[in-house]
Formats: sequence, C-alpha cells, structure tokens
Amino acid sequence: MSRAEESGTSAATAGPADPPAPAPLAGSAKPPAPAPPAGPAKSAAPATRLPSAGISPSTGAGSHPLWTFGLFRSELVTTFRRWRTIALLAVLAAVPILVGIAVKIETSGGSPADGGGGGGGPAFIAQITNNGLFLVFTSLAATLPFFLPMAIGVIAGDAIAGEANAGTLRYLLVAPAGRTRLLLTKYATTLAFCLVATLVVAASALAVGALLFPLGDLTTISGTRISFGEGLLRALLIALVVAASLIGVAALGLFISTLTNSGIAAMATTVGLLITVQILDQIPQLHAVQPYFFSHYWLSFADLMREPVYWDDLRRNLGLQALYAAVFGSAAWARFTAKDITA
Amino acid sequence: MEDLSAAEQREPGEADTRGKAHTRGGAETGRESGTDREADARGEADTGREPDTRGGDGTADAVIATRGLTKRYRGGQLAVDGLELTVPAGSVFGFLGPNGSGKTTTIRMLMGLIEPTSGTARVLGRPMPRSSRVVLPHVGALIEGPALYGFLSGRDNLLRYDAADPTADPRTRRTRVSAALDRVGLTAAAGKKARAYSLGMKQRLGLAAALLQPRRLLVLDEPTNGLDPQGMREIRLLIRELASDGTTVFLSSHLLDEIEQVCSHAAVMAQGRLITQGAVRDLAAGARGRLVVTTPDSADAARVLKEQGVADLVITETGVTGEPPDRELADVNAALVAAGVRVRGFGVERASLEDAFVALTGEGFDVAG
Ligand SMILES: Nc1ncnc2c1ncn2[C@@H]1O[C@H](COP(=O)(O)OP(=O)(O)OP(=O)(O)O)[C@@H](O)[C@H]1O
Ligand SMILES: [Mg+2]
Repeated sequence: MSRAEESGTSAATAGPADPPAPAPLAGSAKPPAPAPPAGPAKSAAPATRLPSAGISPSTGAGSHPLWTFGLFRSELVTTFRRWRTIALLAVLAAVPILVGIAVKIETSGGSPADGGGGGGGPAFIAQITNNGLFLVFTSLAATLPFFLPMAIGVIAGDAIAGEANAGTLRYLLVAPAGRTRLLLTKYATTLAFCLVATLVVAASALAVGALLFPLGDLTTISGTRISFGEGLLRALLIALVVAASLIGVAALGLFISTLTNSGIAAMATTVGLLITVQILDQIPQLHAVQPYFFSHYWLSFADLMREPVYWDDLRRNLGLQALYAAVFGSAAWARFTAKDITA
Repeated sequence: MEDLSAAEQREPGEADTRGKAHTRGGAETGRESGTDREADARGEADTGREPDTRGGDGTADAVIATRGLTKRYRGGQLAVDGLELTVPAGSVFGFLGPNGSGKTTTIRMLMGLIEPTSGTARVLGRPMPRSSRVVLPHVGALIEGPALYGFLSGRDNLLRYDAADPTADPRTRRTRVSAALDRVGLTAAAGKKARAYSLGMKQRLGLAAALLQPRRLLVLDEPTNGLDPQGMREIRLLIRELASDGTTVFLSSHLLDEIEQVCSHAAVMAQGRLITQGAVRDLAAGARGRLVVTTPDSADAARVLKEQGVADLVITETGVTGEPPDRELADVNAALVAAGVRVRGFGVERASLEDAFVALTGEGFDVAG
C-alpha cells in the first residue's frame, strides 16, 4: 500500500475515492423505504450480478459519509467490553480507595501525614482530612506518573500490534477499513480511554473523599478560599488536563504498536520507555533535554489550584503533548500505511 | 486467455449453471467493449469515472489480471516470481500449488495487504493496492484461515467486520449478519464466544465474514480447511450457488478432487512461478486417461486389445488397462466380445487433476526452500 494512495483518500473517507458513485448521488440513489437485500447474494437483483470484470456504476458502493464512524463505535464498544480494559479501570479506581483509607488510618492514629503521597502531591495530601475533594487532586497526582500512563501504554501498544497478532488486522484491512481510517480510529479510541481512565480515578476519589472526609469550601495553593462548587469545577478541569497530559504517551504507544506484530512486545516497550523517561527526568545532568520529555510538565496541573491560575507550565505541557502527537502520529501513519501486513 | 470462453467452460454435471453464467458474461463483454477501449486509453491514470475492465493487453473480462507480479520478502525470499495470472469473470478459479509455492503471498498482494516488489495487479479492473478502497467492498476474502476476536461472540465478530467497511449500511447490518450466519449454518452457535469455537466453526465464521455483502469476487484461501465432510459439501454447494449468481470465485486449495469438482479454471504454481493456467478440463486432459477393461479372461483380453492397437498394456487383478487407441472404442469392445472375452466393464478412466498436478509439480514431497 503506497502512502500516496492513502494520502489521496484519507481526507474524505467516503467521497471522492468512490468514483463510480459520487457521494451525494449514492445517498439519494438508495431509497430508504424498502429494506435492502437480506441475503448476501441470493436476493440481489440479477441485473447487478453480471459476471463482468469492472466495477460498474450500478454496483458502485453507495456509502454515506457518516457510516465511516461505524468503525469508531465498534472500536469503542470492543475496547471497553474487554476484560483487560475493565481490569485496568478497576486498578485505577482502587488507587483512590487505598489512598483514602491510608490517610484515614494515619490521621486517626494521630500522626500527621507528610510527604508519603506517591506521585509528589504532598501539598494536597495534608489537606485531605479537612476536605475530601483534595483526595481527587491527590489521587490524580499519585496515578499520573505511573498507573495512568501504564494503562494507556497497554491500550495504545496493543492497538495495532494486538490486531496483527490475532490476524484480525488483515480482515479489517480487506473489509476495507482503510489504513489511515483504522489508525485514526485506534488513536481516537486510545484518547477516549485516556479520558475515561482519568475520570474513573477522579470519580472514585470523589466518592471515597465524600464518604470518608468532610466536604466544603477549600483553600487554594495561593491561600485564597474558593467555594466547594468552584472546587469541583477545578477538579474537573484538572482531570481534563491530566487526560490531555496522556496524549503524548498515547501517540508514542501507537507508533510502537505499528512496529511489531506482537501486542505484548509493544505494550512492554511502551511501558518500559515510560519508566525510563521518568527516571531520566530525575537525573540533573540531563537538564538540557528534560523539557522535551513527555512527562516533564505533567505535574503542572497543580497550577490550576493557584489563584490566579499560573498558565505557563500548563501551556508548555499541552504544547509538548501536541508536539508528541504530531511527531509520533505522523511516524505511525508513515509506518502503518507502508507496512506489509504478513500476519 | 480469450480461448477460455463459454464453450470450454462446460464441465460435465455443471454445464447448467456455469453455462448460464457465461452467456451473461459474454453479453456484458459485448456491451461494455466501447467503454473499455476508452479506459485503456487513459492507461494507469485511473481517474475512475468508468470501470476499466481490461488488463492492458487485451485480457477483457478479467476479474484478476497480474503482469509480472513479483514479491521478494525482506529476508530475500523470492516468494512470487513474474506472475501472469488471468482470472476470467464468472469463473470458479482454482489456485493450486505445493506448500510454500507463493499462493498466499499472491493473494495478499491482490488484496493490497503487501506491496509487490515489481509488477502490477488489477482486481475488478482497477490497480491494487492503489484502489483498495473502491475494489475491496466488492471482494469477500478468507486469507490463510479465519481470524476472530475470541472475547466476542460469533455474531459480534461479524458486526465488527461489517462496521469496518465504510460502504456497509448500518441499517441493514444486523439482517445481513444474520443472513450470513444462516448461510454457513452457524445460527445456533452465533451467541457463543468465538474463542470456544471449533476449527471448523471458526472457518465457517470466516466464510460468513466474506459473505456479509453481495460480492463480485470471492477470494478463498483454503476454505475447506478443518471442515467436516458435510461442511466441505456445503461449501462446495455454496461456491456453485455463488458462481451461478455471477460471483467470480478464486479459490486456493490442496484438495485436488475438490478443485476438480467445483472449478472451471485452474492455475498451478510451483516455487513462486506460474506453471500453467487454463480450463480444468484442458489441464486434466494434458495427462492422458487410460482404457480400463474389467474381465476374468485377462490374457485373452490383452491379446485382442493388442491386435486392436492398444499400447502400454498392463494386466491387473481385475482385468487389463492400456492407452486408449485412436479408433472407435465401441469397435474395440465388439472385438473383445466377438473373441469370447467376458467383458464386465469397459471404459476410459479420465486422468485426474491429481495426475496432472503431480506431472507438473513433480513427485517430491519436500518443500522447496
Ligand atoms: N512474512 C514472510 N517473510 C518471509 N518469507 C515469507 C513470508 N511469508 C511467506 N514467506 C515465504 O514465501 C514463500 C511462499 O509462501 P506462501 O505463504 O505464499 O506459500 P503458500 O503457497 O501459501 O503455501 P501453503 O500451501 O503452505 O499455504 C515461502 O517460501 C515462504 O517461506
Ligand atoms: Mg498459504
């Protein structure tokens, strides 16, 4: 499959690529009233079944532009019905429960909690006992460095390689899903998973926080007070920023997924890279390159809890994620559209 | 391959359906020949208003046409070498070859899954893999066995594959999936997780996926692999039925009697090269049949047959066999009877495709490297 072919047809998935039946014509050519043939070949009109070699206009695939999203829906349903996806989400939902219970036990034992917040959210963890909403911030801070990106790495790494491994990739491609369309669908689904995973952590934390601790007005990092309602709004905003922080990992994982036919290898590589980058980000000698690590500005989401909000690092984070998405997204596309599918 | 038209298609026992398909094919060729020439003039540009049914060298009506198609894998393995394949519209085309001869590699190139090292392939008159998006909705394929999502039910597997096709109408999706399941006899097992399917059930589900929409071309790589005898029979019936509807079927298989039973045409590959292609009857005729006489008086029979000009006589337990003479066989039989030979059976045993295949690809069992 040449890149030229894909680039030519990717822009409009249903329209200009189907020359025998221009899109608008195809739409109107299909009368909505009578149910189209039920049996695949049996009931088709003989006129369209002539054994001619070419694709004649009468049998030209009439397709509706919206039908192209059927694959995305199917992909979402397939992904979220998998036992593995459910397990990943369950692990993520368990983190706030564990943190909440740990804080509860520690504070009821009398010793003040300090510094044990896993991912570096000590500023928040001390406040949990005063306000359950802080469990949301603490949990996101605790899961962002590892649990969340690891889950994304699994989903993104398996996206193409897993289908190749199972052999289902060749059937999707002869369906024909279209390589660009399939890749975009996979990326969109991975991003949807980023959002869902983050929201699961946030929702679980909110529930546990409300259950174990009091709720109410809260104090920002800058010392000002905001109402509980605004606090909730900020929590949602933070969840969205955390989800957006995973865009880079998702693109990286998808790229790695196009390199191999083994889902396990792709997942392991992605997660391995994730850990390596996190470690390198701690080494002072690498100061010059660290701003380009996808995880470098991750904890900037805490800046949303300042008054006024400190946007610089947040902006840098989102810019960096967009850069990763562009670079590794293009690499994945270049690789996948030129790849021989032999699995 | 012009010569492989209607008259030669007719196989004993299948003359009916096949003949019908071809008359129609012929009519269409005539009707479209004008536009064909136009399409030819545009050459490879494939701007795509009109169907281009010519392969570029006069192979009108070819559903698959390859020119010098070659694939060298990255490891250096030359899997397909200068393939010139022409599959006429409406045919049931058997694609034969020993293990590792390049059949699956060819099919993958035709389906746009791998890029040829050199040469061109046209499917339904359009270049592949460039026109995948236009061509493939008309093609149902089973490539190197079925591949399923084990965690989904059989029905959900089909729903997913159907959703992958942007030209498939979601409003009719469930009906079409049910019809396809019914067609391969899987309705009762449709709700079962595919991971719990037996090999034959998986194979059937794979076939169902190829039948989700009315197709112009079916490409089936060893479709009866793993099926029980009833399953094989059903698949053969299904193929005949589809062929009589005008679908061209391209079928790779190792089961030669299967090919002989369902195919009108065949091609034989060995070590990446095309050895021969043509009507099945012609291929089998290449290896000559034998005259078989069943009689208890084999010595007398042999003497008479020799007088009648039958060469290469072999006396067997049940009688005598030999190369059929050029003269009228009824006279030979009359001579036997006149000489007092008790003839219990008399006839020419047609050479099987297997004989032809072995003659073409050699007796050796080892796979070529
Ligand atoms: N992915 C690959 N990489 C390298 N070589 C390959 C690959 N796939 C197949 N080959 C080689 O290409 C040749 C043709 O293989 P192919 O699978 O096309 O054979 P086949 O005719 O389908 O065989 P079978 O009847 O066993 O299915 C073989 O020599 C094989 O070793
Ligand atoms: Mg094969």
